[in-house]
Amino acid sequence: MSADRLRYVYAVTRPFDGVLPEGVQGIDGEPPRLLRHGDLIAVTGAVPAEDFDEAPLRARLEDLDWLAATARAHDAVVAALSTVTCPLPLRLATVCRDDSGVRRLLEEGHERFVRALQRLDGRVEWGVKVYAEPGAGAGAEDAPPAAPGAGGSGRDYLRRRLEARRSREGDWERADALCRRLHAELSGLAEAATVHRPQDARLSGAAGVNVLNAAYLVDRTRSQGFVELVEAVSEPGVRVELTGPWAPYSFAGIAEEGPVESDAVAAGTREAGR
Amino acid sequence: MTTPRPGHLPSPYASDGSSANLADILERVLDKGVVIAGDIRINLLDIELLTIKLRLVVASVDRAKEMGIDWWESDPALSSRARHSELASENAELQRRIAELEERTA
Repeated sequence: MSADRLRYVYAVTRPFDGVLPEGVQGIDGEPPRLLRHGDLIAVTGAVPAEDFDEAPLRARLEDLDWLAATARAHDAVVAALSTVTCPLPLRLATVCRDDSGVRRLLEEGHERFVRALQRLDGRVEWGVKVYAEPGAGAGAEDAPPAAPGAGGSGRDYLRRRLEARRSREGDWERADALCRRLHAELSGLAEAATVHRPQDARLSGAAGVNVLNAAYLVDRTRSQGFVELVEAVSEPGVRVELTGPWAPYSFAGIAEEGPVESDAVAAGTREAGR
Repeated sequence: MTTPRPGHLPSPYASDGSSANLADILERVLDKGVVIAGDIRINLLDIELLTIKLRLVVASVDRAKEMGIDWWESDPALSSRARHSELASENAELQRRIAELEERTA
């Protein structure tokens, strides 16, 4: 193996029989390789050291376009694996020097991997987002108000503003109530549920304000019912979006196995972000 | 674009990497997934600019809170912070009871 290629690890799986769908490409444009070590398989791909060695990787990760392409390739491999097995997705940019580094990684993480694979077997992740579109008819909340003199007296103007605000508040309340109800119902069908930070429209490009961004770990056999439940939601001023099935990214961590530590980290980073 | 999934899984919403929303992918591959050190050691959270961008990208929590939608903060099932304070009060309660028992047996 040449020195300028590193090993990117996408996921860890149990040995599986199926064949990956044709045309699956990893970051390097090649089909992913399966490296078996004991009772586990690492799904890897060769990547250039000029992008993935420590110093260049640091710089590359700051480049949103590069990051987006890499993240999509990472997910494409993981999604392809989901068609034949239940993969344990690794975090973006898990990189080893060579195959023996990958074997070492499998060995070091063996217990964790086996436990997680067991917990996730036969399950998929569904994403559910709720968007509030308050006062859809009344224009955007942040839009500058029309000039007071434009239509009627100042008092008319103030009354219209007040009415618009009241109606928006009602919309928020309805969206909030819907989120609580829906989350409770969906959690009842799921093996586990987690709530992500709401997404900013600047990246997602979605209309409305994201008020619920949740992920559910659902048994494959119960997925049909889950999807139907989400699709049945209909509420004015509120939009519900379903994504998936995803590999169980949001449930792959070891949160259940070390709740205090990992939560402390999560809470710390959340605080730092404020 | 969608691929057949075992077990007759409904798959009308493929996350095949080309149609999925970038924010959905980033919040999963950067923030979730198993963290295990390879030979190239980079903590994604240490990358300051990246972190700042992602805050912009996947965070509108403050905005939601302004609108009074903050239920995930107080629901113990949802919020690690709430769970922490729950643990802290449970801890305090247990300590109090131990002290009580010790007093009795002393």
